[in-house]
Amino acid sequence: MTKPKSFRVVGKPVAKKDAPALALGAPLFCADRVPPRCLVGRILGSPHAHARIRAIDISAAEKLPGVHAVLCHTNVPRVMRTTAGQGAPEPSPYDFTTFDAKVRFVGDRVAAVAAETAAIAEEALRAIRVEYEVLEPVLDPRQAMKSGAPVIHDEPDAHAVIPVPYEPQRNLASHVDTMVGEPDRAFREADIVLEGEFVTPYAQHTPIETHCCLAEPLLDGRLRLTTSTQVPFHARRIVAQALELPVSRIHVVKPRIGGGFGAKQEVLIEDVAALLAQRSGRPVYLELSRREEFVSSRTRHSMVVGLKIGAQKNGELAAVDLRVLSNTGAYGSHALTVSCNCGSKVLPLYRWPHIRFTADAVYTNLPVAGAYRGYGATQAAFAMESLMDELARRLGCDPIELRLRHAIRKGETSPIFRALGEGSEGVEQSIGSTGLERCLKLGARAIGWKKKWGNARWHAPQGALRRGIGMCALMQGSSIPQVDMGGAFLKLNEDGSFNLLVGATDLGTGSDTVLAQVAAEVLGVNVEQIVVTSSDTDLTPFDVGAYASSTTYLSGMAVRKAAENAAAQIRKVAARLLSAKASEIRLENGSAVAPGGKSVTLARVACHSLYEHDQHQIAGFASHISEKSPPPFSAHFAEVVVDTETGLVKVEKYVAAVDCGTAINPQLAEGQTEGAVLNGISYALCEEYLFTEQGRMRNDSFREYKIFCTRDVPQLTTILVPTYEPTGPFGAKSVSEIGINGPMPAISNAIFDAVGVRLRQAPFTPERVLEALRRG
Amino acid sequence: MAIPIRVKVNGQVEALEVAPDESLLSMLRERLDLTGAKEGCNEGECGACVVLLDGKAVNACLVLAAEADGHEVTTIEGLGRPGALHPLQKAFLAHQAVQCGFCTPGMIMTALSLLLENPAPTEEEVRTAISGNLCRCTGYRQILDAVQAAAQEMRAGAQGRRP
Repeated sequence: MTKPKSFRVVGKPVAKKDAPALALGAPLFCADRVPPRCLVGRILGSPHAHARIRAIDISAAEKLPGVHAVLCHTNVPRVMRTTAGQGAPEPSPYDFTTFDAKVRFVGDRVAAVAAETAAIAEEALRAIRVEYEVLEPVLDPRQAMKSGAPVIHDEPDAHAVIPVPYEPQRNLASHVDTMVGEPDRAFREADIVLEGEFVTPYAQHTPIETHCCLAEPLLDGRLRLTTSTQVPFHARRIVAQALELPVSRIHVVKPRIGGGFGAKQEVLIEDVAALLAQRSGRPVYLELSRREEFVSSRTRHSMVVGLKIGAQKNGELAAVDLRVLSNTGAYGSHALTVSCNCGSKVLPLYRWPHIRFTADAVYTNLPVAGAYRGYGATQAAFAMESLMDELARRLGCDPIELRLRHAIRKGETSPIFRALGEGSEGVEQSIGSTGLERCLKLGARAIGWKKKWGNARWHAPQGALRRGIGMCALMQGSSIPQVDMGGAFLKLNEDGSFNLLVGATDLGTGSDTVLAQVAAEVLGVNVEQIVVTSSDTDLTPFDVGAYASSTTYLSGMAVRKAAENAAAQIRKVAARLLSAKASEIRLENGSAVAPGGKSVTLARVACHSLYEHDQHQIAGFASHISEKSPPPFSAHFAEVVVDTETGLVKVEKYVAAVDCGTAINPQLAEGQTEGAVLNGISYALCEEYLFTEQGRMRNDSFREYKIFCTRDVPQLTTILVPTYEPTGPFGAKSVSEIGINGPMPAISNAIFDAVGVRLRQAPFTPERVLEALRRG
Repeated sequence: MAIPIRVKVNGQVEALEVAPDESLLSMLRERLDLTGAKEGCNEGECGACVVLLDGKAVNACLVLAAEADGHEVTTIEGLGRPGALHPLQKAFLAHQAVQCGFCTPGMIMTALSLLLENPAPTEEEVRTAISGNLCRCTGYRQILDAVQAAAQEMRAGAQGRRP
């Protein structure tokens, strides 16, 4: 679509629709909606990393007064499936059932209860007798595929549902490889070959609201689940699968939710809440404690990323070889697709003539990985952008110049787009918009790159303190092409307002507001005239949900199409009222306006169509799938001070310039970017799971697992660099994930600039920095 | 064993019988249906449950309901109404400081406690005051800006009321 001359509502900092009620503390979240006399659900977690349940006795728990349901593997049907909230058939293996006779990590599900109070529920958990046969655990992903390693998924019914490599007998949850050209020859002929192994830790999303779900049996025998999910429609499908019910028996409602970041793209507790409600015939509220959220929810895939790049002395790129070892933990949720993303969101950024990419995701007896903002690109970008920095230094060129020279440009394609999909071939695409060059230039200016890079005086030591500056370039995608779908429905009311019904899921991102802006722009009304209902499986059209950076780009296009559909119907009715041609009527300021300036309000159009003549409901409906996944681009810059005595790294300044196409709501796009960047800085400097030798997480609270607070925030500058993506709604691309990928490489590069050592294992804690300085 | 208490909540005296191990947070959410204060960790580490106890910010999950006997509690519900928002609530909206909104009530109550004590805080003082309130959606900048803007608004309001 071509770019309109100007926008009325799009591109404006419209207030977030739900913000006033949220600021008043209104009861909008799942936990605020628990009805009186609701039962409390609790889950019993495994104390062992790897064990078989020889016997389980729930009779004492069942007999406790106030206990209404007790579930375990002996009384719940075995249905192999995945918890990954993805489109069907899912690319994640079916290696999970609601309760199993085997436990595979400390915190894995053993049983669940519903009782009248939390105290009774906890007493019931203590009354459950379990006899375990403790098995040797696999705790090191590098050992998982060695012959003789204990087999974590030895159950015969674990299987993949799409044709992809899956070898649970080798603890292999997924394997991907692809090759372009002749990388071996290209490396032999390259003047410079650089190699490195980059290690990223287990980390958690830590939404401030943990996973929670209210399950209520309805009078018609259906079940209503009010749940903190990013994927209401996948949740309905997967709960129906687990309970062996048709989807029509399940109603999923997403209220406001307290952050997700990928953790809630997992159908994690809805199955248990639904079963407890079904068995007890009573409403049940199930919420994870913060400890459970750390241990038993989902995490970022910890990875060992091996990267080799080759170049010529004149700076030409020769070849790249990216080898990923991903630790998926006890279950293979998102194992394949996160691995694929390591390649598909990182390799196309530079024009490599020869490419090899391999990725193995392995099972271990550690917490389960899943979707987490960045989705593999975070881990692989750390490796790629660190080695690109090394390459620039080897070539003696400015790292910004190296990126400018080799980055993919508008109109160009990458063989990776076609080679790498989600367990199948990908989708060929050419770049329709890129603002990377401007991101690099504006970001460099904002951080003062020219004055600082290579300037000995700026770098002059101050006691034990050393200053450094670093940068990186990034890309992500917008939706999964030819897979993701969003639907939107819009109807006109008597007062000229519209109901917009979308399956799209606002998890605090502001998508309800962004989608209302898109509709308002088309219909010539204010955002206040658009009443949004979202994410209710009984009321709204389908949408895959909030993941893969898809909502603004994909669901936004569905809204635009639905609004255009409704607009055409409005013009037709207005044409009669105005005695004009429908094609000549414009919609603006809540009216339909004919060429001579004669106009009729949308309220009048609505009343005419509902009550007076040829009565019908003016309503638009549209679905949208994308043929492309246009990448947003970004450049990040970090200025750090390293204390060589303590090893402490302080980020003084951070600049993120991002091209997200048209920012439908610039304030919200900035908010997404700043949140992602701060999460990324926190991950780069301090977030990491620590385990005992038995595989139990040692730091399972906010006291011990530190995330950034107000005192840690550096001076943070966000620059939106507008471009126009022809396939997006009003030129929009995505913005939600890309920002988290930059801090790890940008800060590592800045640390190198300051003290001359490369940190290849994150987080860059004082201990690791001192150790690296000692080694030199 | 129930403990009888009298506590003033948002200006209204409540006579309740609470359990000895009941937290102020449970009392507010479950007995009084005041669900603005949120539970994010239940161990005083995230700040989502902050309310004012006699004008001072406390983590309601760490205070026993019985300890509130004879004291005054202010929750987010006591601050503003639709159409009549408190300056802090207005500033949070104006600065788009509300993303998912789960941490917002705690943030606002902590900021209010600061501004009652120190009407003109420096940025450093604001950062310190709300450092116990975790937010994972924003980069905190919009929140810090909102608190400063509200402080200014509240100072102007206080001056305006003087004869």
